[in-house]
Amino acid sequence: MTAPADVVAPPPAGAERQEATTTANGAQASGPLRPDRKVDPTYYWMIVPVLVLFAFFSTIPALIGGFFSFTNYAGYGDWKMVGLRNFQNIFTDPEILASYAFTFFFAIVATLVVNVVALLLALGLNSKIKWKTGIRGIYFIPMVLSGLIIAYVFNYLFSNTLPTIAESLGLAPLATSILANEQWAWAAIVFVTVWQAAPGATIIYLAGLQSISTDVYEAASLDGAGAWRQLRNISLPLIAGYVVINIILGFKGYLGTYEVIVALTGGGPGTATQSVAMRIFSGFAGGDYSYQMANAIIFFIITLIISLLQLQILRRREVSL
Amino acid sequence: MTAALTDLRPELHGPAQLDSPRAAKLRRANREGFKINWWMTALMLVASLTILVPLYFTVSMALKSPEQAASGTGFAWPADPHWENFSQAFVMTNYPAAFMSTAVITVISVLGSLAASSMVAYAIVRNWDRKFFRLSYIYFLSAMFVPFPVVILPLIKQTAMFGLDNPLGVAFIHIVGGISFNSLLFIAFLRSVPIELEEAARLDGASTWQTFTKVIFPLLAPMSATVGIFAFLGSWNDFLLPQMLIADPSLQTLPVVQQLFQGQFNTNYSLAFASYLMALAPTLVVYLFAQRWIMSGVMRGAVK
Repeated sequence: MTAPADVVAPPPAGAERQEATTTANGAQASGPLRPDRKVDPTYYWMIVPVLVLFAFFSTIPALIGGFFSFTNYAGYGDWKMVGLRNFQNIFTDPEILASYAFTFFFAIVATLVVNVVALLLALGLNSKIKWKTGIRGIYFIPMVLSGLIIAYVFNYLFSNTLPTIAESLGLAPLATSILANEQWAWAAIVFVTVWQAAPGATIIYLAGLQSISTDVYEAASLDGAGAWRQLRNISLPLIAGYVVINIILGFKGYLGTYEVIVALTGGGPGTATQSVAMRIFSGFAGGDYSYQMANAIIFFIITLIISLLQLQILRRREVSL
Repeated sequence: MTAALTDLRPELHGPAQLDSPRAAKLRRANREGFKINWWMTALMLVASLTILVPLYFTVSMALKSPEQAASGTGFAWPADPHWENFSQAFVMTNYPAAFMSTAVITVISVLGSLAASSMVAYAIVRNWDRKFFRLSYIYFLSAMFVPFPVVILPLIKQTAMFGLDNPLGVAFIHIVGGISFNSLLFIAFLRSVPIELEEAARLDGASTWQTFTKVIFPLLAPMSATVGIFAFLGSWNDFLLPQMLIADPSLQTLPVVQQLFQGQFNTNYSLAFASYLMALAPTLVVYLFAQRWIMSGVMRGAVK
């Protein structure tokens, strides 16, 4: 996440060479130590093929897709330009608007819950517990498992096991599957997302907590600060930067949420849990390629604005730290 | 630092003047516990059940008879283990084909990610004074702002057109998709590698390519582990790309196969869970054996 700073910061060995190139001004000025002052073609061989692949698999499709968002292309057959009509229709399409509302609601809730859980886990795993390696090992298992398959396992738990348990306990409201409940199906999706994503966020918090010198805590406890005050006045402020990174990375990821929903609700009941990504991916099956491309462009602009705002916050944060 | 603070303390706080440094240390030890925090240990163990119970559930369901799986909550241990569930699921989902397909995608994307992003990082860091390389860097980074749903529809058409609607195409896109993040990791690491090592090799007459393969790439090993782990987990567990791009169902990967067989699985849950377990097993086994290594690799990625 230090990317923006890196853009302007030259690498350690760069300064000397920069000087050399300006004086050389294109002519050969190779000293004995730097026979490669005129850029060795090998460097181009290292980067150009990757640039070509990169353009082919990301930039070109993005441009082609952007073009078709101004057409009425269905994914096959003839098409003609329709100007901004797709975009106009999207803003009055209740199903698309609902998918945006759901996606943002889900992303905000998931970001909050994942970070609270991950922070608590990191504090617990960083404390003086017995069998630390083993316990950490258990908590990080979800990181290596397929989210889709885990969501299928939870699908069974939510739709068969929990209702059976609730029934035998006489809890009538819980006796039906939460996944079939239009109002609460999102909670199940958040739960599985947290189960899956918390370990990754926990690792970032653990890295942050371990970067704090134990001296700081010792000094604080000498001054009579208890565990709670140490947490509030030392740990949390010192890992604030890690919180920002986790929120930015997490929020962006949860906006594109897909496989957990596919395995839990398939977007249902009805379209109650349909994410923007799911709507866009349906572009071919639904025969509305150009319409969903326009949707994708809008989604791109929204996420771009959010990313830029977040970068701004991140930069201010780094200054104040 | 500790010693200095203990010495200063009597001057800072009058009443504490009676404390000898040793007494203060002892009290501190009692208060915040240099010994094991058993309450926290118990709490963390209980909370770890949220991870372990679903895994236990998967194993126990996979071993039940279809009749037992259909009754009760599913938590009961199988009355008599039905190992044949695994062989049935193995045959029904054509496990070897799905495994091979997943493995091919994973191997190509891990090796490709390592090669491509380390070369890109090296070329950029060593030619930072050249506009071309600086612009390439910004170009790669800018892709981090493009969410995947934006390119997927045209990408499906494009891969189909070029005959890449197969595991190879998926692996390529994994490599390309990871370039930004992976080369960022390598660049951060390369900047800490002293240039003298390289210059020694140059003096011995090594070409750029030889310097890279013989000196630089071995030095990158710790970061290569991190990049490799991320690429491995990302491509092995991926659902979206293979589901969208691979046209031939017999070339589908392990996660996608679980989705393709949902229809059959809904009538036979023990078979479904046997299949889930077999699909989860490879990464789980790798994790059990290489846990320490994976954790330190991921941790390195988190710090950067």
